[in-house]
Amino acid sequence: MLYTWNRAFIRRARPFVLAAIVVAATLSTKLEAQENYFVTYSQELEEPGNLEIAAKSITGSPKGGNPFVATALEFEYGLKTWWTTEVYLDGQTTAGESTVFTGFRLENRMRPLLREHWINPVLYFEFEDINGADKVLLEVVGHDTRADFLTRNNRSEKKREAELKLILSSNFKGWNVSENIIAEKNLAGTPWEFGYAVGASRALALAVSAKPCKFCRENFALGAEMYGGLGERYSFGLADTSHYLGPVLTWNVPRGPTLRLSPNFGLNSNSNGFLFRFMLSYEIEQAFSKMRRQP
Amino acid sequence: MKMRRSTLAILILAMAGILFAEAGDGKWLLKVPARDRARPNPFAGNPDAPAAGAKIFAEHCAPCHGEDAAGKVQGKHIRPNLHADRIKQAAPGELFWLLTNGSQKNGMPSWSRLPDAQRWQLITYLKSLP
Repeated sequence: MLYTWNRAFIRRARPFVLAAIVVAATLSTKLEAQENYFVTYSQELEEPGNLEIAAKSITGSPKGGNPFVATALEFEYGLKTWWTTEVYLDGQTTAGESTVFTGFRLENRMRPLLREHWINPVLYFEFEDINGADKVLLEVVGHDTRADFLTRNNRSEKKREAELKLILSSNFKGWNVSENIIAEKNLAGTPWEFGYAVGASRALALAVSAKPCKFCRENFALGAEMYGGLGERYSFGLADTSHYLGPVLTWNVPRGPTLRLSPNFGLNSNSNGFLFRFMLSYEIEQAFSKMRRQP
Repeated sequence: MKMRRSTLAILILAMAGILFAEAGDGKWLLKVPARDRARPNPFAGNPDAPAAGAKIFAEHCAPCHGEDAAGKVQGKHIRPNLHADRIKQAAPGELFWLLTNGSQKNGMPSWSRLPDAQRWQLITYLKSLP
């Protein structure tokens, strides 16, 4: 059997599920999220003034390790049409081990070209302060392998890292195609590590039907993404790296939340055989202007 | 240190440009290439397109422009009234160009993530506004 769930693990995972439900139940005004992937970023930025709250989760049962659920709670705010800023809070629970907060990430995405082009670049800057128990796998870089999932939850290993991404993205005939080139450096002085992520997706229908509906094809997007490590500065390449590939299904509930699912399959022996990602997100329109006094 | 008058004037103009960039003055119309301006709306005359466009508007545009498309003042930002003559008189191709590229200095994002068909449906709705 692929998973060896037990009651204690389910009990530990409950706070993560409850957090997602609370987010869903307490927010009243919402639109759908824009990204169509879990790891790959596209050119889409948050609309100015809008706040997106998302719970991005991943679960798996690594061979030789314990099943886990890790969640990144994401707060994404559109400062300008060309500038989006985000905060992530990471946590995870592992069967037979513990439930732990694993750190935070601060990121900014900026679009240098204001008009639409064939390929639209976006610059990405991130600072992350996470520990060795982090399992949310928001990217794979360097020589990250499944061995990282086998060590018992260890919060003493600190990772203060800077991460740069060049996001290249195109929208064409209803398709989005995005490529990310990733460079990450542990500020403790280790060499630069590299990675990649690529994705393609398309709405199931390009035109909208005239009647209100929740299950119309235009509310669904189907795509695929692939991501993995490219070694580090002194050992660049595919040796001792892990890679994943999987389909991504997104359901944008009209005037409601966005749900996204993605089974990920490891492509080599360094990768986990199977991981499952799921996400629930809400976008609060003009989040802070509601607090201001209107003239 | 002395600053030349011309340098000072340029600085003041640049600052004024930044300060008033949110006014939504319709200058984007001058930037639309002739080829884009001439594009016809494939959904013009489609009886379902205004209703479909209204759905898209409610989902994506109403938060800024208002449920009735009459525009909004959000803090210091002025979101234009889409019943305005400028919209009525704009060619469908010009509106398509604006939706595709946005007017990012004025706070209008690019909507290129909406498929072409949806942007045309939205334009059909905008053109149907009284």
